[in-house]
Amino acid sequence: MLTKRIIACLDVDGGRVVKGIQFVNLRDAGDPAELAAAHSKAGADEIVLLDISATAEKRKTLLETVRRTARELFIPFTVGGGIRTLDEAASVFEAGADKISINSAALTDPGLITCIADRFGSQAVIVAIDARRRNGTGHYEAFARGGRTPTGRDAVVWAREAESRGAGEILLTSMDRDGTGSGFECTLTRAISDGVRIPVIASGGAGSAQHFVEVFREGHADAALAASILHYGTTPLAELKRDLAAAGISVRWPC
Amino acid sequence: MTIAIVDYGAGNLTSVKKALDFLGQPSMITADPDQVVRSDKLIVPGVGHFAATQALCSSGLKYSVETAIGGGTPFLGICLGMQWMFTSSSEAPGVAGLGVFPGECVHFPAEVKSPHVGWNALQIRGDSRLLCGLPAECFVYFTHSYRVPVVAPTVATCEYGGTFSAVVEKDNLFGVQFHPEKSGAVGIKLLENFCRLSC
Repeated sequence: MLTKRIIACLDVDGGRVVKGIQFVNLRDAGDPAELAAAHSKAGADEIVLLDISATAEKRKTLLETVRRTARELFIPFTVGGGIRTLDEAASVFEAGADKISINSAALTDPGLITCIADRFGSQAVIVAIDARRRNGTGHYEAFARGGRTPTGRDAVVWAREAESRGAGEILLTSMDRDGTGSGFECTLTRAISDGVRIPVIASGGAGSAQHFVEVFREGHADAALAASILHYGTTPLAELKRDLAAAGISVRWPC
Repeated sequence: MTIAIVDYGAGNLTSVKKALDFLGQPSMITADPDQVVRSDKLIVPGVGHFAATQALCSSGLKYSVETAIGGGTPFLGICLGMQWMFTSSSEAPGVAGLGVFPGECVHFPAEVKSPHVGWNALQIRGDSRLLCGLPAECFVYFTHSYRVPVVAPTVATCEYGGTFSAVVEKDNLFGVQFHPEKSGAVGIKLLENFCRLSC
């Protein structure tokens, strides 16, 4: 049976992980390569490295960071943040990423999805969608530029378009829940997941193992991103997977 | 002993090489038919469309692979590389596979999401040199939309919208539908088995 994936996310700024993780025996708690390896060992099913560098100067370190992180990482590795062209995607793949995640660039130029998928395969292209509920409606709007710019596009419609243009997976972040620890946005996740035929990774709001159970059961998510819940060490990965298995969710455990 | 990783322009070559490097196994990525014939072992990786395997024909690599495996060289096909070992694929009608195993690759049925992405359990159903030493229950990482049928050389299956071949093995020929280079400790063990075996 296909298991539900728990994906560890590393936010990187200028080659350093910006949110710390309470792992023991690490020489350097901010090093992406070490943290990715530690997550992999702890039972993460995949690693996502998100470059949140605000300046071009800081972004220059990305490829070297990807190269170092990928060298001895033997689980799927996705890189996202600021990829705007086929050439930039190609460099990231060349440095060792298995998949890339695109967001704003795909909203500006949806043809980019097809362009990258044609060259590297749909399995290598994740379209990330940042969505927020429209006030007083049951609809969700997709936002660009790290959630700063409303696009006027319905998130479900955009997810379907991304799929038809060649996306292999959707990484869906609820802006309303992100950082709150109050649980995933199951209604949004379910609307997207039931609306497409490709896997959907839920993100934003995880605060407990029960939240993961809910997003898999009620949100129909295929995978879930774990960021701060792991970063602050409140729920170690092993414990999270044990809890999910105990709740009857099929997970890769033991690894 | 050197393993040739056959380069026909269809992805994941460096990730396979990195895994072999990690195991201390000398390997080279090559598109040279002569090097392929002379190598001690062969790996044909690959992700993407079945039509990409046409490059193996036009470049003369297919003939080199046939010559090498005919002479007993151990061969491992990964993902698309495994599908290529079969007769054909409905993904690219008219494109002939290597044809060492009978059968056609077909798309997953419409009732399940496709591609089949993630970690799924292997059901080991026969003696296998490739799977030697793996735990009875283990998970490996898949990412594919087409699958190969269960045939006599199938030594492990997987369940997703039905049962399909996850591992095939016969004499010096091995194929895995998943990505051992992305399947953590289990995948590394499998690659180590391939590196160590003598056919």
